Amino acid sequence: MIPRTLFEHEHEEFRKTTRRFLADECMPHHEQWEEDHLVPRAIWEKAGELGLLNATTPEAYGGLGLDRRFSLIVGEEVTRVSASGLIGFGVHDIVAGYLNNFGTEAQKQKWLPKMAAGTAIAAVAMTEPGTGSDLQGVQTRATLVGDDYVINGSKTFISNGTNCDLVVVVAKTGNTGKGSQDISLIIVEGDRPGLSKSRPLRKVGLHAQDTTMLFFEDLRVPKENILGGVPGQGFFQLMKELAWERLGIAGNSIAGAQAVLEHTLEYTRGRTVFGKPIFDFQNTRFKLADMKINIAVGQNYVDKCMALCLENKLTPEASAAAKLWCSDLYSKVVDECVQLHGGNGYMLEYPVARHYLDHRVLRIAGGANDIMKELVGRTL
Amino acid sequence: MEYLIPRTLFSAEHEDYRRLAQRFLADEVLPFHAQWEKEKRVPREIWRRAGELGLLLPCIPEEYGGYGADRLYAMVIGEEYMGSGASGLGIGFGVHALVAGYILHYGSEQQKQTWLPKMVCGEAIGSIAMTEPNTGSDLQAVKTRAVRDGDEYVITGSKTFISNGVQSDLVVVVCKTGTTGTAKDISLIIVESGRDGYAKSQPLEKIGLHAQDTCMLFFDNVRVPCSNLLGPEEGKGFGQLMRDLAWERISGAIGFQAQAEAALRHTIDYTKGRTVFGKPVIDFQNSRFKLAELKAEIQIGRSWVDSCMELALRNELTPEAAAMAKHWTAELSLRVVEECLQLHGGNGYMTEYPIARLFLDTRGNRIWGGSREVMKEIIARTL
Repeated sequence: MIPRTLFEHEHEEFRKTTRRFLADECMPHHEQWEEDHLVPRAIWEKAGELGLLNATTPEAYGGLGLDRRFSLIVGEEVTRVSASGLIGFGVHDIVAGYLNNFGTEAQKQKWLPKMAAGTAIAAVAMTEPGTGSDLQGVQTRATLVGDDYVINGSKTFISNGTNCDLVVVVAKTGNTGKGSQDISLIIVEGDRPGLSKSRPLRKVGLHAQDTTMLFFEDLRVPKENILGGVPGQGFFQLMKELAWERLGIAGNSIAGAQAVLEHTLEYTRGRTVFGKPIFDFQNTRFKLADMKINIAVGQNYVDKCMALCLENKLTPEASAAAKLWCSDLYSKVVDECVQLHGGNGYMLEYPVARHYLDHRVLRIAGGANDIMKELVGRTL
Repeated sequence: MEYLIPRTLFSAEHEDYRRLAQRFLADEVLPFHAQWEKEKRVPREIWRRAGELGLLLPCIPEEYGGYGADRLYAMVIGEEYMGSGASGLGIGFGVHALVAGYILHYGSEQQKQTWLPKMVCGEAIGSIAMTEPNTGSDLQAVKTRAVRDGDEYVITGSKTFISNGVQSDLVVVVCKTGTTGTAKDISLIIVESGRDGYAKSQPLEKIGLHAQDTCMLFFDNVRVPCSNLLGPEEGKGFGQLMRDLAWERISGAIGFQAQAEAALRHTIDYTKGRTVFGKPVIDFQNSRFKLAELKAEIQIGRSWVDSCMELALRNELTPEAAAMAKHWTAELSLRVVEECLQLHGGNGYMTEYPIARLFLDTRGNRIWGGSREVMKEIIARTL
């Protein structure tokens, strides 16, 4: 309706590459990955070869030095096909962002080239069994003993938890009681003694995504592993790119909703009931028309936010509004589309059923939508 | 209301013009609007005053007495009239602009010279007669007929829901001039008030928009010269009505969006000032969350309307994108107003409060300019 003007020729080529990779290398095996609750490391390496992992990492550190539209495209395409196993690419890219923005030279040299290549897989450990969006309630503690930090605590809902070679751990290093100043981000290598991982957690959807708990028991890392080398910066480091991260979720939501709409258009045109295609009933057409309108309107807002993001002008509140509205929309669209599929919509053989399972987390992850309302509420 | 992402459409001149409109509304309109609602009309002096200030038809070319301004000026006044709650002006001036557009695009030089300068200065008020007692969105079912008799058309039929009907000096009548049974039967003909056989009803009693004079029109063998036909030949009416549909729909959306923003603004103010159980209403989480949801939706609507406007300025706005805007913002305005009225409690039910008037004034948004259902049909065709 209103053409997207965000992308240039290179972006469209990149999108084609991403689509081809997903169609040829991922989707034929995805069901197996869902059973395994894991994506093979070879797929990460293949994605790395194609430049799909950390497009914005500078060339000096093994990346492509591209703009964030490329990252947006990967998220959109992964969500379109509900390749839940690759949702972890987004988390991996967020960790690359932490390193790019705040890492010491040694940290960057050590991790970024491997991450871009897909030979090192990254996770971030924020949530704890007793703490979700309220970061200042984190209990995991890192205590300086000599030249090492000794870490104790538990983390949960860790995407890439099984596969990860490094995990950025949100831990308390201070005792001021002033919350944010006590928090640091510490890089923990996957093979450190004292780190153990749970079996993959059983989830509503995203079955191919390896999501685990992590346990830290007197785990020692050198103090150089603190992100950026200075303690007490964690809160700020986590916040810096939140607007972008949430916008990514909004963009994925719109892409997912659009894909579901397309599946449903095709299905309702092909399926006959009471002597005519489902599509030819007015109720169907009106419902689909409403979805099309909402998706178009949401896409327009996401793209405007993205244009601001590229200029570093996107505010956390504008992004929170995008995340809130677009992930809610995806839920509404997918629910209506399951309905229009009838019984088939309940069968996982149909893409719409997989979207139904996979999408639900988007209203929770990246800051629950209730938190988004708090953020937008502050601007009232 | 502070926007979450900045608007980029307007220049400093547009903003000056906005301040002019705001001053006019605050000083000369809003203090008297309740009285006009009782009288079911906006006084003609206000039309003339708006004309004098250039706040009526900014986009008409200078050769016809206008200012030749770009459509952002029309957007500015649309936002201000509808957002301020001056619904008598918002709808009436909007219809007036529509009629001026038809005359500008299809009128003969004579028709343009006769009407446009007067319409720009508010001396002549325009209206358009489409709907009939038995025909709404389905234009081809129009029954009003114009039969040629020598150099004259003889018009017979009834029209209803005519905005500016009571006060209008000219009405563009949608009527049938042919009998082929197709869209080619439809023509637009200008009828001046005072013609023999042309009568108007009392203002219709409506849910809202009380200052807007809306009435029925009756044509009983009304004779007008053939030169009153809009366009060079008969049978072009349907195309003429369609040509600027994208702009007409986005004009509607501009007003609806402004109403939604106004409702939120009033409600933020109200909930900050009103205390219940020992704290301001806005300090309850439910209030904040509801208002935050509305603010997010409003922002998303704002982005769409402004994007449509950018396209409209380049003549690239499609009727479908505009239909989306019309439909989406109509629904938005109703949702927002409904929630905001609730947050006002009992006061929200009192028409002393702007939110109550918005509640009454917005309900038609989902109906006119193409009903919700017609908009959905239009979008559904693009699926």
